[in-house]
Formats: sequence, structure tokens, C-alpha cells
Amino acid sequence: MSDDMDMEDGGTIKKFMFVNRKAPYGTIYALEALEVVLISAAFEQDVSMAFVDDGVYQLMKGINSEGTELKNFSKTYRALDGYDIEKLYVEQESLEARGLTEDDLLVDVTVMSAAELAATMAEQDVVISH
Amino acid sequence: MPMVTIAGKEIELDEEGFLTNLADWSRDVADYMAAEEKVEMTDAHWEVIDFLREYYDEYQIAPAVRVLTKAIGKKLGPDKGNNKYLYELFPYGPAKQACKIGGLPKPTGCI
Repeated sequence: MSDDMDMEDGGTIKKFMFVNRKAPYGTIYALEALEVVLISAAFEQDVSMAFVDDGVYQLMKGINSEGTELKNFSKTYRALDGYDIEKLYVEQESLEARGLTEDDLLVDVTVMSAAELAATMAEQDVVISH
Repeated sequence: MPMVTIAGKEIELDEEGFLTNLADWSRDVADYMAAEEKVEMTDAHWEVIDFLREYYDEYQIAPAVRVLTKAIGKKLGPDKGNNKYLYELFPYGPAKQACKIGGLPKPTGCI
């Protein structure tokens, strides 16, 4: 019975990076990206998420989505850990440009410079941008 | 969308029998869903349902079965956080069936 849940052996593990550039509630991109990432976890790949530009707002504490008629999915970022998605990269320049620091974020992240992030991005097999 | 009457209240379901409006959930709704799924509810079933509803409240998603199993193991112990135990309670898939009975949406990351 338990074998039903296991993915087939022998597949290659690829490095996937999901890049988030948009604010969470103005468009559907952030929520869609989050759902894609949660689903991708089932395939046991090497998944990371990067937050740049207005995408850093997706991880900001204290967002109130009332009035947007959208579900507040901020809390869902805290579920990523349980899905074994622990590589969350935030671009330092984007944080600074918006007057934010790591303390303003909901989850533990790795803050890196644009240059470091570019290098990490170059190591990926697949980069998907939302 | 199909409508059903549960404990005197009109309730809307989606085509797979999940609640359309999560706020419609009650213990009566759970009993109705369980009967539809041919699951006889015991304290052990309720423990999983309560756990799932807490998980949803905390993270705003219904967990994939793998994540549910791990989280239950952490909270209720390894004798409950395993596929055998959960499939005995919910033979057609613990995440899917328990989410339906618990009034949650279909699990995210269920393939």
C-alpha cells in the first residue's frame, strides 16, 4: 500500500527554480506559482523559489487580503517546509528598495545579492518565472 | 451544482462531492459525507479530521497525503503517522476522503 505513494525509481532529479516577481494580490501569478510549487513537491525534484522585485511582498508578514475577495494565502508559505521546500532565496536589492529586511518576512529565507542569485539561477536545469 | 439538505440546511457541493462553501461545514455535514464515502466514523477518524482542520486553519491548504502522514506522525506519534494506519481509516485515500469529510477543498499536491 505504501508503495503506491512512492514515485518511480530511476528518474533524474533536476534543479527547478520558480522565480516570483509580482506582488501577491494584484494578479493570480503568486497564488498559481505557490500551487505549482506545492504540486511539484510530489515529484521529488530539487525545488527552490526565488523572490525578486515586487515578488518579495509575497513573503511579507501582516498582509490582510480582506477586500480583495481573495483567500489570504500568506500562511501557506509557512507550509513549504512540510513539503520539503526549504530553498527560499530573496534578492537583497529588492528588499532594500522596498525598505524591508529579513525580519519583515514570514519564513526563514536566504537573502542573496543579485549577482549571487544570478549565479544560483545559472546552475538550474529549469527556471520558471511567474 | 448539486444541492443536498443536511440537518435541515441546503448545502451546495461540487461535482466531486466537496463543499463549495467551506463555512457550511458542521459535524452533521461530516457525518453525511462519511456516509456517502461509506466510512464509519470513530474517535480515530475524528482525530484525523480535527488534525486536518487545524492544519488548514494554520496553512490555508489541505495537505498532500505524504505531508499529512508526516505531520500526523510528528503530532500524534509514528503508530498513527503511517500509510497503513491512515488507509485503514480512509481506504480511498486519507487526504482526499478525510478532506471531503472535514469540509476542506481537495488537497493541493494530490496527483
